[in-house]
Amino acid sequence: MTQIEVTVNGAAQQIDVEPRLLLVHLIREDLQLTGTHIGCDTTHCGACTVLLDGVPVKSCTVFAVQANGSEVTTVEGLEQDGALHPVQQGFTEEHGLQCGFCTPGMMLTSVALLEQNQDPSEDEVRQAISGNLCRCTGYVNIVKSVQHAGRVIREG
Amino acid sequence: MIPGQFEYHAPSTLDEALALLAEHGSDARVLAGGQSLIPLMKLRLASPAVLVDLNGVDSLSGIEESDGQLRIGAMTRHSALERSELIASRYPLIADAAAVIADPLVRNRGTTGGSLAHADPAGDLGSVMTALGAEVGVAGPGGARTLSIDELLLGPFMTTLDEGEILTEVRVPQPEAGSGGAYEKLERKVGDFATAAVAVQITRANGSCSAAGIGLTAVGPTTIRASEAEDALTGSSLDDDALRAAADLAAAASDPAADLRGSEEYKRDMVRVLTLRALRRAVERAGG
Repeated sequence: MTQIEVTVNGAAQQIDVEPRLLLVHLIREDLQLTGTHIGCDTTHCGACTVLLDGVPVKSCTVFAVQANGSEVTTVEGLEQDGALHPVQQGFTEEHGLQCGFCTPGMMLTSVALLEQNQDPSEDEVRQAISGNLCRCTGYVNIVKSVQHAGRVIREG
Repeated sequence: MIPGQFEYHAPSTLDEALALLAEHGSDARVLAGGQSLIPLMKLRLASPAVLVDLNGVDSLSGIEESDGQLRIGAMTRHSALERSELIASRYPLIADAAAVIADPLVRNRGTTGGSLAHADPAGDLGSVMTALGAEVGVAGPGGARTLSIDELLLGPFMTTLDEGEILTEVRVPQPEAGSGGAYEKLERKVGDFATAAVAVQITRANGSCSAAGIGLTAVGPTTIRASEAEDALTGSSLDDDALRAAADLAAAASDPAADLRGSEEYKRDMVRVLTLRALRRAVERAGG
C-alpha cells in the first residue's frame, strides 16, 4: 500500500491505496462518490471523466496513486453552498440529459471548456465533448446546455 | 477490470528514472500518459511487475525551437501540441494530427514520447514523424543516443529501444521556406483508431519539389514510409498529375489488413484518396 494525499472536491484526504487501484475506483468505492460513472472500462466512453488539477481526464485510465498531490473534482464538487454550478443549471434548463449516465462526465468536460472559453460555438462544444459518449440525446440539447451555462457565467 | 499487481515508482528526475529501470531490468516498464498501457494492463495484455511513472519528471515536457530543430519533450501531452501557437504557425502537419489523436480526454494525458515508444501501427505520430524526418533522443545506461524515426520503429508495438532506455525527446528539422504539410485521417468516430491516415510534408524550391516525406498510419504491421511516392515527388513540379502519381504509389506501398473498418481494397484506395488530399493541402500551405 502507498499513502497518497489527494484533495477531492476541496477536502484534503490521506488514503492508503494499492498502486493498481484506478482513480475511478478510489472515487466510487473508497470515497463513496458514486456520481462518477463507469460506462465502458475500456477508455472509450468518458462517463468516468473527472477534473485532475482542472484538466478533464478519464478516471478509469489513471491510477489513483498518480493523483498524489493533486486536486480532483467530481460532479459532487460542482454545487457550491446549495447553488447549482452554471453547467448544472444549463443541463437542467435545456434538458441536457435523458438517462443521465453520461451527464457527470459531460458536465465536467464542459466546466473545463467554459474555463477556457465562455462563449463556445456549437462546433467548439461538439469538439470539446467528442470524448464523452451519449447514447440518448443525440447531443443537441447537451450543446444547448453548455451554451446556456456559458451565458449564465458571462452574465455573472 | 482490475490490472495485475505492480510496484510503483514516481521519480522526479530522469537520472532517478534510469536508475530504477537499471535496478528492475526487464520487470520494469515506463508509464507515460498511460492511455495505451493502462487499458492493456486492465485487459491483462500487459502485466509489468514494476512501473516507473515519468509524469513527475518535469524536464521531459516542453516544446521549443533551438539549433535548427523543434524539440518536443517526450512527456509533452497531445493537448499541449494541439494548443501550441508555435506548432500551429510553423508545423501544420503536427497541428493537424494533434487535433485528431484519439479524443480530447485522451489527448489531455497521452504523450508524444509514449505514443512513439508504444509503436502502435495505428498511432498517428509515427507517420507524422516519419513524414517530417524526425529523430528521437534516447537516454540509457550507456549514455544518450539519437535514432532516426525509421531506426526507432521496428515493427508492430516494437522499437529498437533497449532495456533500461527512455525516449526523452523528439527532434524535428525546422521547416525550410516553401515547406508545407498536412495530415488526413479517416476514422469511423472520434476516438477510434484510423481506418487509414496519411501524413505528408513537402518542400518546394524554385518551382519544383526539393524534399518530400510521406508516412502511412494503420495500413500495415508498422508505420510505413511511402519511399517510392517520396522519390517520385522529389524533383517534380508538384502539379496535380505528379500528386496523383504519388498517391497511387503510396497506395501501392500500403499493406492493410481487413477488419471491421474495411477490406484491404477499401483501405488501400483510401490511402490513395487521403494522400492526394494531404498533398494538395500541403502544396497550398507551402505557397507559391
